[in-house]
Amino acid sequence: MRLLEYEAKSILTQYGIKTPKGTLLSRNEDPADINYGPCVIKSQVPIGGRKKQRGVLDSDEEPELDRQIQSVFETEIQGYRPAMVLIEEKVEVANEFFMAVTYDTVKKRPVAIFSSEGGIDIEELAQKEPEKICREHFTFRDGLAEYKARQIIADTGISDKLLLGVGSVLSKLATIFIEKDATIAEINPLVLTRENELIALDCHLDIDDDALFRHKDLAGLQKDGSRYEFLHSQTDFERKAAEIDNLDHRGVAGRVIEFDGNLGLIIGGGGASLTAFDAIRAHGGKPANYCEIGGNPSVKKVKELTRHILSKPGVEQIAVIMNVVSNTRVDLVARGIIKGILEAGEKPSETVAVFRVPGAWEEEGIKILKKYGVRYCDRKVSIDQAAQMAVSQG
Amino acid sequence: MPILANENTRVIVQGITGREASAFTKDMMDYGTQVVAGVTPGKKGQSVYGVPVYDTVRQAMRQHSAEVSIISVPPALVKGAAQEAIENEIKLIVIVSERVPRRDTIEILEMADEKKARIIGPNTLGLISPGHIKLGMAGGPVDDLVKAYKPGEVGIASRSGGMTTEVANLLTNNGIGQSTCVGIGGDPVVGSNFIDLIPLFDKDPDTRAVVLFSEPGGVIEERLADYVMENKIKLPIVAFIAGKFVDEMPGVRFGHAATIVEGDRGSARGKISRLREAGIHVADSFSDISRILKDYL
Repeated sequence: MRLLEYEAKSILTQYGIKTPKGTLLSRNEDPADINYGPCVIKSQVPIGGRKKQRGVLDSDEEPELDRQIQSVFETEIQGYRPAMVLIEEKVEVANEFFMAVTYDTVKKRPVAIFSSEGGIDIEELAQKEPEKICREHFTFRDGLAEYKARQIIADTGISDKLLLGVGSVLSKLATIFIEKDATIAEINPLVLTRENELIALDCHLDIDDDALFRHKDLAGLQKDGSRYEFLHSQTDFERKAAEIDNLDHRGVAGRVIEFDGNLGLIIGGGGASLTAFDAIRAHGGKPANYCEIGGNPSVKKVKELTRHILSKPGVEQIAVIMNVVSNTRVDLVARGIIKGILEAGEKPSETVAVFRVPGAWEEEGIKILKKYGVRYCDRKVSIDQAAQMAVSQG
Repeated sequence: MPILANENTRVIVQGITGREASAFTKDMMDYGTQVVAGVTPGKKGQSVYGVPVYDTVRQAMRQHSAEVSIISVPPALVKGAAQEAIENEIKLIVIVSERVPRRDTIEILEMADEKKARIIGPNTLGLISPGHIKLGMAGGPVDDLVKAYKPGEVGIASRSGGMTTEVANLLTNNGIGQSTCVGIGGDPVVGSNFIDLIPLFDKDPDTRAVVLFSEPGGVIEERLADYVMENKIKLPIVAFIAGKFVDEMPGVRFGHAATIVEGDRGSARGKISRLREAGIHVADSFSDISRILKDYL
């Protein structure tokens, strides 16, 4: 879960990292009585690159302010619209730095990253001038002691009092990363002001969803749907499919993503869905949807998902493809598919483009499929061969 | 020859009284795996399919001694369970549990490094060395398992548990047996990734080629390409990357937590070209995996 900038900054403040003076304004709140000098208006949406997308505006003139605030509120960024904007005092910048703490997923260690060039896209800098980025791996047992933070900062040529200040901020950021179960903690830029203060102008904190159980406050944020609007979250088709997946707790028949093709897909599990979807397209098929089923979903869920996919305009056939299953029962999947097709008033023998689910209880499953004249194949037929059969059928 | 474990390996199961764990304990024993004890705090004296249950790993080790533990406990308890196993000198730990906090995974790996223990997972179905041993849920019950897996000379490492069996099934259908098949786990950080396992397969005299099943997301394939070039690995490797369409949908998380393309990072396209530069075969279609392998066997 990515925190909003102001949420992240309030955590920085708790750990003693300075942020600009600012006011949070929610939609419909009157900014009139606030006394602003030159300021920055920042859209509170959970994505990066806001400035390029008109989500962050500089304001120097008072008369323009209201109009600019309105503009930021109305600007949609990659499907997100803010419920709040942050209005911050403009800071006189003498110098900018980049710092981040994240996981090196290959070395399997947390890593602190520092560059004396802040305010830029670090990925770009890493490609163009990798020597300007310094890294230091550390362990959770030891944390990132200030001396370690200073080691990498000093390598970029910073010394003097500034080294102590920046080192302290980076060490604190590492503490936040550890204590808040972050997967990314980034300050970009950290600025040195003309008054020799170190201030975090922007902050990006991503919290591990799987660790929210031990952060009640942050878990509460995740459940709060009023922090921002997500306009393109789901199509009606996808929303209905998610409701079907929630019918009971037995297995998964979900993660439905709508596509504009005509071949309905009931595929699973995770890796096999990716394989099957690619294979359908490689053979010239046009999927109507992506999905993942697995973990032995109930007959009811499979039936409802089948009906739902068939209800999509233009979809006349469904391909059912899974990897060799051990914890999903083939016969239950077969039963669900057939029931769904019958309830939709269609013929299973014409509607199933291919049924390829080998594994547990397959003999029972095949009996059912044979009874309805459904085209099936067994484990001798690979996933991409089954996809080819499904496409040539349609 | 199997890597990691063999028919003489003794195994304990932490969380053995859980529904899932007791089911795979039975499946493992049916396949011949020596499950010598189980651990569930507070349940000492019970037994699961004849396997005695103890309160602590220490008790279990005093009575039986084992080299491997399989951990199947709720996510919040995984770190403690792994620490207990490591402190009690278990050298191979297979973490089946899903949704383990990433910080806990890394802390487990820090402890494991100190005691020279190896971790497989989290979020793995486990591993199988056909004809020798099965650890965890991989392959399911024996009747199903033996249809998909047969002993042989090709190793498998997969980011998807289910697809480990599917790859084995493809090979078996084409007359190709397997040495050891490892589900490495679907999380962004796992204890033993492709770079950790390739040297083990490389050293194994009976593994003549390896199949990697991969997905978009992360940079392990890119780093593996570097590793193979730097270390001049001669072992033939055939990779398959599922989810090429995911490249068109950056920011959307698929199936496994790790399967997400962030900007240009982790795209299937990028991985395929880096792997090929390193001389690793990348199968365009799933069935191509066995066709390519036949040149090396």
